[in-house]
Formats: sequence, C-alpha cells, structure tokens
Amino acid sequence: MSKIIALVDGSIYSQSVCDHAAWVATRKGSSVEVIHILGRNEAAQSDLSGNIGLGARSKLMDELAELDAQSARLAQKRGRAILEDAESRLIDAGVTDVTTRLRNGDLVEELSAAEVDADLVIIGKRGEAADFAKQHLGSNLERVVRSCKKPILVASREFQPVKQFMIAFDGGKSAIKAVEHIKQSKVFAGLKCKLLTVGDKPETKRALEGAAALLREAGYEVEVEIAQGQAEQVICDTSNDEDIDVLVMGAYGHSRIRNLIIGSTTTAMVQSCHVPVLLFR
Amino acid sequence: MNTDLITSLRQDWLGNIRNDLLAGLVVALALIPEAIAFSIIAGVDPKVGLYASFSIAVITAIVGGRPGMISAATAATAVLMVTLVKVHGLEYLLAATVLAGLLQIGAGLLKLGNAMRFVSRSVITGFVNALAILIFMAQLPELTGVTTLTYVMVAGGLAIIYLFPYITTAIPSPLVTIVVLTGLTMYFGLDVRAVQDMGDLPDTLPIFLLPDIPLNLETLKIIFPVSAGVAAVGLLESLMTATIVDDLTDTESDKNRECVGQGIANTCTGFIGGMAGCAMIGQSMINVKSGGRGRLSTFAAGVFLLFLIVVLGDWVKQIPMPALVAIMIMVSIGTFSWSSIKDIRDHPRSSSIVMLSTVAVTVMTHNLAYGVLTGVLLSGIFFAGKIAQVFRVTSKLSKDGRARTYTVEGQLFFASSPDFTAAFDFHEVLERVVIDVTHAHIWDISSIAALDMVVVKFRREGAEVEIIGMNEASETIVDKLAIHDKPDAIERLMGH
Repeated sequence: MSKIIALVDGSIYSQSVCDHAAWVATRKGSSVEVIHILGRNEAAQSDLSGNIGLGARSKLMDELAELDAQSARLAQKRGRAILEDAESRLIDAGVTDVTTRLRNGDLVEELSAAEVDADLVIIGKRGEAADFAKQHLGSNLERVVRSCKKPILVASREFQPVKQFMIAFDGGKSAIKAVEHIKQSKVFAGLKCKLLTVGDKPETKRALEGAAALLREAGYEVEVEIAQGQAEQVICDTSNDEDIDVLVMGAYGHSRIRNLIIGSTTTAMVQSCHVPVLLFR
Repeated sequence: MNTDLITSLRQDWLGNIRNDLLAGLVVALALIPEAIAFSIIAGVDPKVGLYASFSIAVITAIVGGRPGMISAATAATAVLMVTLVKVHGLEYLLAATVLAGLLQIGAGLLKLGNAMRFVSRSVITGFVNALAILIFMAQLPELTGVTTLTYVMVAGGLAIIYLFPYITTAIPSPLVTIVVLTGLTMYFGLDVRAVQDMGDLPDTLPIFLLPDIPLNLETLKIIFPVSAGVAAVGLLESLMTATIVDDLTDTESDKNRECVGQGIANTCTGFIGGMAGCAMIGQSMINVKSGGRGRLSTFAAGVFLLFLIVVLGDWVKQIPMPALVAIMIMVSIGTFSWSSIKDIRDHPRSSSIVMLSTVAVTVMTHNLAYGVLTGVLLSGIFFAGKIAQVFRVTSKLSKDGRARTYTVEGQLFFASSPDFTAAFDFHEVLERVVIDVTHAHIWDISSIAALDMVVVKFRREGAEVEIIGMNEASETIVDKLAIHDKPDAIERLMGH
C-alpha cells in the first residue's frame, strides 16, 4: 500500500494539508502518516547580571535544562494535540489508515528519514512562523522542496474540490516525469487536464504533443495551450483565471547557484499562485 | 553554497538578535577588566590585551566552530608569555602569537580536535581548577604590600558583584562595581593604583603591522617553545569551553573548525599588535547566562569592547585596580569547580589523583599544557592498570596427570603480561601443555613475547606445548580494528 506523508505544524495550513491528504488518500486508497516536528525553541532568559558565583557552571546547566524541559514538555503536549486534530480530521474525511509521528529535530533531516517508503509528501505553503505575511513562503518549504526526493504537494490555504488541473510543461526532465506520473495516477484519473507551455521552441512543442498524446491515451480530456510571455506570469495568470484547481510542474530546474542569484522560478510560482502546486523533481 | 548553509548562517547570526546584542554588551563590559588584567599578567600594555580581545572575539565569531563561545585574551595563554616578554620584548610576543595561530590552523587541518577524547573528565576538572588558581594568583601582586584601603575596596567590589543581582539582574553587577569604585576614587581622590598606571590604553583603531624582528632561525628558537605552548593551551581551553557551551545549550559544535578558527584569530591578532588568546570558560558562561547563543553575541562583544575603549578611554584609565581585582576574583571563583572538592572523597582515588596532579603540575609550572599532559598520561596509566585486571588463567589436569590445559581469558597487553606469566606453574612436571587463548585478546607485542616466553619455559622443562585459538586472540593486535569490512567483528571480539 502506498503511503502519503502530511507535514503539519499547527498553523492555519495544517487543516488544509489534512484535507489535501484526505483527497489524495481516498482517491488512491493509500495510508497517511501525519508528521509534526518539534524544533528547538530557545527558552528566553533575562539575567544580565554578568557575574558567575560558586558552582556557576552546574547551576547554569540546571537552570537551562529546566527551562528547556519546561518548553519541551509544552511543545510536546501541543504537538500531540496537533497530531490528534489532524488524525481525527483525516478519519472523518474517510481515510482508514492514519498513523502519526512526533519527532524532535530538524524538519528536513527527519523528513528525509521518513520519506523513504512514501510516495507523496504534502506540506503547507506557509508555516506557523510565516503566517503573518501573505505571499511570503515558509522558509521550511523551500528547504523541504529542495531536499525531498518524492513528489511534493504544496497545499494552499484552503482545500477546494479538484475538477481541473494544469500541467506547466517546459519539456524538461521533471516535467516529463510529472506527465508520466499523472498518466498512471489514480488521483487525477477522470479530471480535466490542461497542458500549458510558454514559449515557442520547436523541441518543446514536439515534446508537448507527445505528452498530450500520452495523457489522452490514458483517458484524460486534454486541452493544450501554447502561450507567450514571461513564464511565471503566464502560468500564474492562467491558473488563477481559469478555475485550475491544482497546478502540476517540475521543481527547481536550475542550478542552486543561479537560484541564489536570481531567485528560483519554482519559489516565485508557488508564491504567486493561489492553488495547490504538485512538484516533481 | 546551498540553502541549508544559508539557513544555518542566518540562524547562527540573526537567529537571536536582541539577546545576542544584549549578551554581547554584558560580555564586552566584563572583557575590559579581564583584558587589562591579562595584559598585566603577561607584562605588556593594556592595549595589547584589549586589541587582542577585540580581534580574537570578532574573528572567532566569523570563523570559529562554536557559536556563542567567547574567545579573547586569556589568563591561560598570558602566563606562558611572561618570560618571553620580559627577556625579548613585545615584538617577539607578536611574532609568537602569529606562529601559535599557524600551529593551531595546522592542528585543526590535521583534525587534532578529535584527540580531545583522550582528555578525561578528571583532567578537565583539574584544568579549570588550575586555571582558576592561576587567575587568582595573578591578582596577588595587586593584593600584597598595599594599603588597607585597597582591601576595603576589593571587598566592597566583591560585595557589589554578588549582592547587586538581588536588587536587579537587568544591569551587569561587575559594571556597577566599576562605576561605583571609579566614582568613589575620583570623588574622594583616593590613593589607589588605577589602570593608567599599568601602561597605555588604545586610543585608535588597531592597524596592521609586521612584528619588528629579525626573521631567522635564532628568532624561531626563541619564539617556538612559547608558540607551541600557547597553541596547545589555547586549543585545550577552547575545546573544553566548546564542550561546556555544547552542554549548556544542548547543541553541537565543529571542534576542528574551532581549532582552525582559533588559529586564524591568533594569526591575525599578532599582526594588529595583540597577544595570543583563546576561548574563555568564565566569559562564555556569562554569555550563555545572559542569553547569548549566536555568532552575533561574540561579534558584538568584540565590537562593543573596542568601541567602549576608544570612546571611553579617558574614563577607563581612571578605573582603580581594586575594581579589576574584585572582578577577576569573581571570575576565578566562578571558574573553579567547587563540587570537585567534595568529589575528592566520593570519586575513585585514581580520578582524584589525576585531577590533583593536573592542578599541581599546572600551578608549579604555570603552564596548563604540562598539567594536562600529566593528567592525560596518568589517566592512561590508571586505565591500563584497571583493564589489566580483566583477565584470568584457569587450568585443568588430565586424568593421567601428565598433561595440563591452561585456559586464558581476558585482556593480554603490556600491563597484564607479568601476571600472565606468573599464572603458569613451571615446576609441575608435564608431558604435554595446552594453552587455550581462544577467549583472550592479545593487544600488543609485549603479550606475544610473554606468551612465547611461557612456551619456551615449558619446553625447557620437557613438555610439549600447543597453543589453541591464536588466530582469534591476536585479531586485536593490529593498530586499527577493521570493524568496517567485517560487520560482525565486534561480536566476534566480545563473544570469544
């Protein structure tokens, strides 16, 4: 049985992540593992006395350990509550096989250990800390997207029933992988598919026709569009204007150095589209 | 460059801005008296220690391996420089500082940070106790042959340091001590020594300069012993402090990067006229206690320090020595591991001997490196002595009484070889002797030689000797147990 990983952090996106997970899991019949990671929260202190007295080291050690223990216990309690909420939401939505996992540590490290036997990872567009700024992506998202080897579904703020999805097709390796995945996918089966390409390179066009044929063969109703303009802008406008419910695309095609300097297309896109984005490496 | 690196850089520098800046300020205020005091220990102008503290703090903040650890001019390294400064002068000290830095970079690249595992807990306790004693002893010149007024002021200063936090912990109490004692001295025109009597303070930002010394073998001979000592002591204290900060903050640090970082800091410091330093246990604890966690705290401490000195230099000059002495006594008391005194009774005698020898050798030689070396050697010997007891020889006589089988189990190495040889009865008349070493571990050449000796002795008595299980037993004799290519090697070693 296939497994989906849903990453929740107690932010407003957690519910949406669960709903997205429930959608995929019920269509595909897979199990869901809900994961919550407790990061380190530095306990606040305000002792600026600047002196060290008898047994300073062990005393300081005890104080710090006690502060950490308190905040850890609190975080643990909260983490369990978040996971219980998520679990009951998934079960209510009809998912039968739900497991939860609560871990201490770094999100990316823990995920890379957990993702091995999963075939989809679902994460919210923004995390707990970044909720205040609209269109500002959670710093964890980009790290997860870069490190994760499985397809990632980036959940939008609220789950909408999916009727139509769009593949942003650039002819690259990960885009072709996306098409192949969808061809066999039970999740997307029967939905309306739009294939969008920006630019008019002849080899991309050929690849596009191939992809369209492949999807039609699999029984999809496919609409092909070749648009001109700045790729991110066009893809975004199309997805926002045309009732697209899920955007599918390859992730991070360029080298990291380039991304560092000019910013990555993927990040920009996930940011400006208001729909969930399914990313393939 | 990758995103994880950037994330961790951002976390190290900007993860804790407010607390880091505040803690940096508290540390800077505590660093000023220390840097001055340690310059005085080394016999140089206060500005040498102050420039060093600025530059070491700022550079280790950037290139060090332990965020939140404070490095600056220290007592541990200062005591090693006294003779060099006295005999050859400041320029040689600067050259020695550069060389010490280069040695530390080399040590870091050779990954000598990993050797810290051989420094046992008892040695570390001995180190901090010895350090505390050295810091305290360095205050004695200021406390002998002085007026009663000085004692009164030191006592008053200590009272403020320890009692003021009961009123508020929002202002560093050492700062209050300095302000109050300086104010009193200036107001009443008290006759005590002040910082200005100890030498020049910096009045400008540090500038790059090459040490003015002849570059020849003669110079190297003069500075190398000092550099090597400073490099070793600096790394020891830095790595110990890093471990302490690791424990306090429950985070990891990169020890080899720390070695290289200390080296770069010292090398650069020598070129701007500062003396060698290393991480400071007391200051790092003050930093953590004040909420400092990131690299920014160390960086801020260095920058604030220089700013305060350059801007407030005229006031800093007026600080009376008793105020500094009081602060250094506080640091000494805070550094000393008081529980270790109680532990002397409870801990195994061998570990107490290690701790006390480390302290004794350091206090006698004024060189922490010798103390630590003594401690490490002693703990190695004690350990070997203990493990040498983990072995036994049992034997069984055959029914006809003409053959005996000796079964050897446990650890055979240089320390257990004499007992091993003594376990055989060569006076028994036997035709045949079987020595079964399947369940023994032969660790070195000494034990092989001992075994050979036993065989030869039995032969001389006319017995035929057979050794069983030699292959299994001697698997441990190679220098590196090749665990990785034989996954079950550990089981085999432990099991047989």
